[in-house]
Amino acid sequence: MMNYSSEPPDTPAVHAEGLTVVRGPRTVLRGLDFTVPRGQITGLLGPSGCGKSTLMRSIVGTQAKVTGTLDVLGRPAGHPTLRTRIGYVTQAPSVYDDLTVRQNLDYFAAILAPGHAASERRHSDVTRVIEDVDLTSHADSLAGNLSGGQRSRVSLAVALLGTPELLVLDEPTVGLDPVLRRDLWNLFHDIAAQRGATLLISSHVMDEAERCHRLLLMREGEILADDTPDALRTRTGSETVEDAFLHLVDEAVAAGRKKETTR
Amino acid sequence: MTTTTTTPPIAPAPTSALNASRTLATAARVLRQLRHDPRSIALMILVPCVMLFLLRYVFDGSPQTFDNIGASLLGIFPLITMFLVTSIATLRERTSGTLERLLAMPLGKGDLVAGYALAFGTLAIIQSVLATALALWGLGLDVTGSPWLLLLVALLDALLGTALGLFVSAFAASEFQAVQFMPAVIFPQLLLCGLFTPRDNMHPVLEAISDVLPMSYAVDGMNEVLRHTDMTAAFVRDTLIVAGCALLVLGLGAATLRRRTQ
Repeated sequence: MMNYSSEPPDTPAVHAEGLTVVRGPRTVLRGLDFTVPRGQITGLLGPSGCGKSTLMRSIVGTQAKVTGTLDVLGRPAGHPTLRTRIGYVTQAPSVYDDLTVRQNLDYFAAILAPGHAASERRHSDVTRVIEDVDLTSHADSLAGNLSGGQRSRVSLAVALLGTPELLVLDEPTVGLDPVLRRDLWNLFHDIAAQRGATLLISSHVMDEAERCHRLLLMREGEILADDTPDALRTRTGSETVEDAFLHLVDEAVAAGRKKETTR
Repeated sequence: MTTTTTTPPIAPAPTSALNASRTLATAARVLRQLRHDPRSIALMILVPCVMLFLLRYVFDGSPQTFDNIGASLLGIFPLITMFLVTSIATLRERTSGTLERLLAMPLGKGDLVAGYALAFGTLAIIQSVLATALALWGLGLDVTGSPWLLLLVALLDALLGTALGLFVSAFAASEFQAVQFMPAVIFPQLLLCGLFTPRDNMHPVLEAISDVLPMSYAVDGMNEVLRHTDMTAAFVRDTLIVAGCALLVLGLGAATLRRRTQ
């Protein structure tokens, strides 16, 4: 077994240097440098198609053609020992439609903690995550018969199994009603505060940015800003994070034009 | 929505090539999925029986022909059914995102492949037992050798079908394409396996091709049981070839599962 205690406690959750990803003819991520601190909620924001999902796939180790440095929880991304320490939710819910909510979770729990000895712990773990995503009354419904929002919550519940140290959530609140969205964000904050877990949450809804401890603003495969929401607003003299983002985009576009004209 | 006080974190389990618990959990999951789909199970199990029944009375005037073809078909049916079911099931796993999720978890590729083979192998046993029993005792198929040997070949054929289906699903982008692979992969073997005419009567080129296709050995094995009372050397060779092919293709299928994708 690996000796986890030997790992320095102050390593960041994610550390990237010159992170570049090529997909087909396109360079999707262009030499990113950033750090995601532990125990906090970091929001990954930017318009759709800016590379958020590719960045998340690189961190969980399912993206091919990743170059540069990318360390996750003190190990290179995709390291086999990370597979039980990261919870990952893809944008589209990835669960079995022809299994019930509980059967889905039972299976994924058995993959994370196999064997008969762990069966009691698995059972309590599954019951806990079903409560966490507020699906107790639907535990025995087929996932395929649930609404879109409910299915994405099943997918989220799978990622919460086994109390991972890092949660990578790709647009977990898309298509949910305001009450559920608020409840989920409260859950995310509880997870960060009580379990000391790190959360990396992507969104293209800027009002969710206010709920994060830190923000990474992305545009066209580059990082525009890496700061706290307050600092971003102060720096750009904007009322909201949305305005701050627009301000930074305008700046980037202007800088790009200047470079072209001076050439 | 509350976070209860946390249960102790589950200790990270090592990832190995093959883990019995994970394989069994996967097989149980696949069977559980099927259980929610009773119509598919009924089709898988009943269609071969109905076909045999039909065939028996198509050759009502010449029971000799039924004897010759019936035994071969007992080997071919499980292969075709398992090919179809596996290729669609694994394709669904690929397109639904559950495969990506599983491979981001500590699941070995071997666990997944073995889990599928185990689940569909169980179904193949049920299917083969029913079809063999119906052919031998219901329809009067005249076999010299032991019915157990028939069953053994049928099972290996089912495994081969599972393996081929798993492998082919890697090259299909949609269920529509996956179904088209059936005629592409299965029909040539069907024509060349010696079902319609003995393989040594074919054009030498075709005979040479049929020598490298696994279904030919499945049919040869069935014919050995049909004609001989005990296990012949040819039977042993045929079953070993079919089993070897199945394992080889299962290995290739596992190799098409990639943890990192574009």
